[in-house]
Amino acid sequence: MMRKPKVKRQKAKVHNNDFIFYFYLVLLTFSFLLLPFICSAQPLSSTELIKNARQYDGKTVVYEGEVIGDIMRRGDYAWINVNDGENAIGIWLPNSLVKETSYTGSYKSKGDVLEITGIFHRACTEHGGDLDIHGQAIRKTSPGRQIQERLNPGKRSLAIILLGILSLVWISTLLKRK
Amino acid sequence: MILKPRLEDIKNIGFYLGRIIVGLGLTMLVPILIGLAFGEINPTLDFIIGIEITLIFGLILQKVCFTEKDLNWMQGMIVVSLSWLVAMALGAIPLYLSGHWKSYLDACFDAMSGFATTGLTLTQDLDHLPYAHNLWRHLIMFIGGQGIVIITLSFFVRGFSGAFKMYVGEARDEKILPNVINTSRFIWLVSITYLILGALALGVVGILNGMKSVNAFFHGACVFMAAFDTGGFTPQSQNILYYHSLPYEVLTVIIMILGAINFKLHYHIWTGNRREIYKNIETVTLFITIMITFLITAVGLKQFGVYSQAIVLFRKGFYQLISGHTGTGYQTIYAAQFINEWSDLALVGVICAMALGGAVCSTTGAIKMLRIGIIFKALKEDLKRIMLPERTIVIEKFHHIKKVFLEDRQVRSALLITLSYLVLYGLGTIIGMFYGYPFLNALFESTSAAANVGLSCGITNVNMPAALKVTYILQMWTGRLEFMSIFTLIGFLVAAIKGK
Repeated sequence: MMRKPKVKRQKAKVHNNDFIFYFYLVLLTFSFLLLPFICSAQPLSSTELIKNARQYDGKTVVYEGEVIGDIMRRGDYAWINVNDGENAIGIWLPNSLVKETSYTGSYKSKGDVLEITGIFHRACTEHGGDLDIHGQAIRKTSPGRQIQERLNPGKRSLAIILLGILSLVWISTLLKRK
Repeated sequence: MILKPRLEDIKNIGFYLGRIIVGLGLTMLVPILIGLAFGEINPTLDFIIGIEITLIFGLILQKVCFTEKDLNWMQGMIVVSLSWLVAMALGAIPLYLSGHWKSYLDACFDAMSGFATTGLTLTQDLDHLPYAHNLWRHLIMFIGGQGIVIITLSFFVRGFSGAFKMYVGEARDEKILPNVINTSRFIWLVSITYLILGALALGVVGILNGMKSVNAFFHGACVFMAAFDTGGFTPQSQNILYYHSLPYEVLTVIIMILGAINFKLHYHIWTGNRREIYKNIETVTLFITIMITFLITAVGLKQFGVYSQAIVLFRKGFYQLISGHTGTGYQTIYAAQFINEWSDLALVGVICAMALGGAVCSTTGAIKMLRIGIIFKALKEDLKRIMLPERTIVIEKFHHIKKVFLEDRQVRSALLITLSYLVLYGLGTIIGMFYGYPFLNALFESTSAAANVGLSCGITNVNMPAALKVTYILQMWTGRLEFMSIFTLIGFLVAAIKGK
C-alpha cells in the first residue's frame, strides 16, 4: 500500500525528464535552424565577402561601413559606396532608405557609418556582373560630420624657410647671369 | 679600356637635369591652384613645400653645372633615366606630406607608378584624399604618359639639338614632325584636345549617373588623364567599380584605345588619312592580339562558370582584357576576384595581353604592337625562305604610315627589346616567388608592373615586403623607358667606378 505512490512519483519523474529532454532537443534544433540568421546579424567585413563571394552569393548579409563619395540616384533607387576600412562595396538601395544619409566621406567630411542588411551578389546580373549588395534595411550606427581643417604650423614654418632659401638661390642665379 | 666619365659629362648631365627638374616643379602649380580653389589649406602647403624643394634643387643643379654645350647621345640617355628617378623622388614629397602614404618609399612607389603610367597604388584611405593630391596623382600620369622630357621640351625649352637624344631616350623613336620640339608640342596638342573632350564627356555621364557636378567633372578630368595615358589611377578606392555605370565603362574603353594608338597615327587621322587605321601594322596586330587574348580569357571564364550570362562574361572579361592590353589597369572587379574566381586560363589570357601592350610612340608600356608585327613578319619571311625554291628572292613588307621593307636591323631590334621585356617579367616573378607568392600571382603582378599596366591580383599592398616594392619600382622605371637609357646609365656608373 505504501509503495504505490512511490511508483507513481517515479513515473511522474520519468515523464518530467522526458519533457525536459524533448524541450532541449526542440530548442537545440531551433537554435541550429536560427544559427545562420544569428551569424549573419554580425556585420561581415568586405574582405570576408570578397574572398568568399561564392559562399555568400544570394544570401542576406549585414555589412557596416562609412558612406564615401557621391550618392548616385538612379530613378527610384540609388547607389552608395560603403567603405569598412578594408574595401568599399557598392550598395543598391531604394531612394527612401538613402534619405537618412546626411554625410558622405571625403577630405572635408567623415561620412555616416551605416549598417546595411541586404542580399549579397558575387556577380549581380542586374548590374553587369558587379559585386554588390542590394540593401533592404539600413541603420545609422554613427553619424558623420564636417572635418574642421587646422593649419599645420610645422608645414607653414617649413614653407616660409624654404621660400627664403629659394629666393636666395634664385637671386644668386640672376646675379651670375648679369 | 673603359674611359672614366669626364667632369664635362657630369656638368652637362647636371645642367639639363636641372632644367627638367625646374620644368617639373612648375607643374606643381596646378595642384596648388586646385588646393586653393577647394580651400584645402594643408594640402596646398604640401605642394608649396614640394615646389620649393624642387625648384631649389633644379636651380642649384643648373648653377653648379652651368654649361652652354649640347648633349651627346650618352649624356642625353643618362639625363632621361636620371630625370625619371629624380621626378619620382621629388614628386613623392607632397604625397608623403599628406599622411596618406605609410612611408616615403610607399609615396615613391606611387609617384613612380604615376609617372610610368602603371597604376599600382599603396595609398592609404584614398576615399578621403584631398582634391589637390588626387589631381597630382593623375597629373603625373598625364605628364609621364607623354614623357617628362617631352613636357620640358614642349613648354620650357626654346630648342637645342640635344633635344632629340632625350626624346629617343624616353622610348620615343618616331618623329611625327621634322622638328622634335614641334613633335612634342603636337603630342601635347593631341593630348590636351582629347583631355577637354574626354573630361567633358565623362563629366556629363557622371552627372547623369547622379554625381555632383563638381565631382563629376573633377573625376572626368582625372579618369581621362589616367585612361588616355593608360595609367590606371582613379580618384576613389573602388577604381571604375565606383561608378556602377555601363556608359562610363564604354567611354573609358574608347579612351584607353585612343591612348594605345601611336601619336603618328593620330596625326594621320587628324590630317584626314583615315585609311591608315585599317592598313597600319600596329592597328592590325592590336586587333588580332585583342581577339586572341580575349578568346583565351573568355574560354577560361566559361570553363569555370565565373559568370552565368554571356553578356556579363563579355562585359567583365573584355573590360579587364582591354584595360590590360592597353596597359591602363582599370578594374571593374576587385583584385582578390582575379585569384579567387577567375580560372588560370583566364588569367593567362590577361597576362599575355598585358605583356604585349599597345603601339609604339603611344602612352602604353610593354613589348608593343610594332615589334610583335615585325617578329611575325620575320617569321613569315623565314618560313617562305624554307618552303620556296632556293633561288626565290623573298621580300617582306609591312605598312606603317608608309610601305616599309623588312630589314634584319629592325628584326634584331624588335627581338632584343622583346627579350629584354621577357627577362624583366621573369625577374620580377622570381623575386615575387622568393617572397612566397604562388607562380601565377607573382607573374601577374610582375608583368603588370614591368609592362606599366596596373592591374593587381592583390600582391601590391602596403604590407608587402620593402624589397618587392623596390623591385616593382625598378620594373616600372625600366619598362617605361624601354631599357636603352637605363643600360646607358648602368654603363656610365660602371665606367665611373672601373674606368681609367
